[in-house]
Amino acid sequence: MSSTTPLLDVSGLTKHFPIKGGFPIRRTVGAVQAVDGLDFQVAEGESLGLVGESGCGKSTTGRLITRLLEPTAGKVSYRGQDITHASRKELAPIRSEIQMIFQDPYASLNPRHTVGKIISGPMEINDVNPPGGRENRVRELLEIVGLNPEHYNRFPHEFSGGQRQRIGVARALALEPKLIVADEPVSALDVSIQAQVVNLLQKVQKELGIAFVFIAHDLAIVRHFSQRVAVMYLGKIVEIADREDLYDNPRHPYTRALLSAVPEATVDAAPRERIRLVGDVPSPINPPSGCRFRTRCWKATEKCATEAPPLVQADGNKPGHLTACHYPEMRDTVPAPRLSKDPEAAA
Amino acid sequence: MTPPTPSAAAPLEVTDETEKKSITSDGSKGSESRSPGQLAWRRFKRDRTGVISAIIVIFFFVIALAAPLIAKLYGKDPYTTYGLNTPGLLGDNGFPVRPNGGMSPDFWFGIDPQLGRDVFTFLLYAIRNSLLISVAITLFVVVLGVVVGVTAGYMGGKTDWFFGRVIDILLAFPQQLFFVAFTPVVVSLFVPDNENTPTWLVVVCLVGLLTAFGWASIARLLRGQVLALREREFVEAAKVTGASPARIIFKELLPNLWTPILIQGTLTLPAMVTTEAGLAFLGVGLQDPTPDWGVMIGYAAKFYQDDITFLLFPGVAMVIFVLAFNLLGDSMRDALDPKTKR
Repeated sequence: MSSTTPLLDVSGLTKHFPIKGGFPIRRTVGAVQAVDGLDFQVAEGESLGLVGESGCGKSTTGRLITRLLEPTAGKVSYRGQDITHASRKELAPIRSEIQMIFQDPYASLNPRHTVGKIISGPMEINDVNPPGGRENRVRELLEIVGLNPEHYNRFPHEFSGGQRQRIGVARALALEPKLIVADEPVSALDVSIQAQVVNLLQKVQKELGIAFVFIAHDLAIVRHFSQRVAVMYLGKIVEIADREDLYDNPRHPYTRALLSAVPEATVDAAPRERIRLVGDVPSPINPPSGCRFRTRCWKATEKCATEAPPLVQADGNKPGHLTACHYPEMRDTVPAPRLSKDPEAAA
Repeated sequence: MTPPTPSAAAPLEVTDETEKKSITSDGSKGSESRSPGQLAWRRFKRDRTGVISAIIVIFFFVIALAAPLIAKLYGKDPYTTYGLNTPGLLGDNGFPVRPNGGMSPDFWFGIDPQLGRDVFTFLLYAIRNSLLISVAITLFVVVLGVVVGVTAGYMGGKTDWFFGRVIDILLAFPQQLFFVAFTPVVVSLFVPDNENTPTWLVVVCLVGLLTAFGWASIARLLRGQVLALREREFVEAAKVTGASPARIIFKELLPNLWTPILIQGTLTLPAMVTTEAGLAFLGVGLQDPTPDWGVMIGYAAKFYQDDITFLLFPGVAMVIFVLAFNLLGDSMRDALDPKTKR
């Protein structure tokens, strides 16, 4: 595979959920524009973080990539192969390469199956016969994710949330995938357990060279985990950049506001400016014209209402740092918000 | 007074033992592991009402299955009119000469008035026939209900809408009236007026009609369960790995549906027993001389003002059976679904 072809290439990805209504004949009266024209790439072995507040379309994006949902428009290609509208049979060879880790460890494991059955299920479906048998492979996987291989015959209800999420990770690893979509894999867990699971995922990513699409709303965890980060707002990517670039030099006002809202863990940190966003997120049924963030943006002008800003490399950005704003923030206009997880910035 | 004491102490010891066992096995959570089914079975074993009901229900099924054997050992059959064949058993008014419905060492439950048939064997065969019919109906109802309910729930959309309306109509129907009015009509479709209706045809019609109207409630229940289950993430997880719809239904969803299916099944069976008996009583089900719970009660109802014994045996047997089966259903629900608090 040439290095120019990204592992996953998403362009113009759109998902509108129709709203049915009317009596006596039900017809489509509107659409929830959950995801509207996403473009991004994921390289082999890379981790892309997808952040944004609730309802901005992160999870929908994850489900579109794994083809749990049918895209309304746009294109998803995996290693150059178009899988946007592939049927179940056509997807079969790719299924083993794209796996998913789910948010709720209590809902994502079938309560009537043993751990062994849950983890060997993907192998059974795809008729994978590892050397040494499936049971051995499952025990191996349990060891990789830090569980006791003796737990093979146990049921999910005998495990804690963190352990269950490890089982979910083991299931995702069972087919030796090249890409894992992790849909808020730690947000349902205790903070003390979150770090363990994130470290496990990081170990997996480094040792097995698996690419990740890491969906989260916790900026600190994304910073810890992802080499590249995309910020979403109301179904669109507003900014995408390398980790350091994005956290040090956020160009989009929304990114800046998000970063400024991260709580400070250091007690004696110098007080910093916190950008308060006013108002609510507009409804994705009827999003604002032009720039979708304009209703809450302190810099919005006439232009923002009429013209949707394209996702481009703004002046002074490094290559690969794309911002969708007519008036990108400058590094020096506002003191750059600092992140609690970074001791140098906090000092 | 000495002999009863150990027997009374014995069950106490047994319960203590099971208590101890459960405590130790809970404590030693080594490599041992229990499936939800095994946990339910343990809960069920601790429920005394459930165990007793289960024993009663099993007893009824055993005597129903072994009815020919018991009748052979007992030396009588339900069709011979002993009272008419042997003088001295029935009086001039057609009632048994002996008290209590003619109970004697020869005829344990007595003989019935006018014809003088043996009540004991008649009851055995009545239980046998009624249970056979009810079990058949319940099986069909459950299978049909599961297939329709799961399909409608999983497919959704137009399929769901169509089955939903069919279920609505079936549930809105006055079923008992329909059975009374239409069973003779359905039977007459197959049999010319001047011929006798064969018993098997009546049985087939009964099973068919009761099944046709019985599956709707279980289908609706399962549809709801599937609607809730199919949005769970473990179904999505199976889809991500490329599972076929059949695999998702049978391997992922169905194991989670056994609880409602079992519960509905155990509640449907006694309902079918009473419905079937009710129809026979009203004269649209099985007919005398075919032994049947409803037939027996109907026959006894003619005489109960003069002698209630004939009504007592089938009536009490049926009440015990239906009560035990309903309690069993309740206990099973408690065991399988520990979250339901009463």
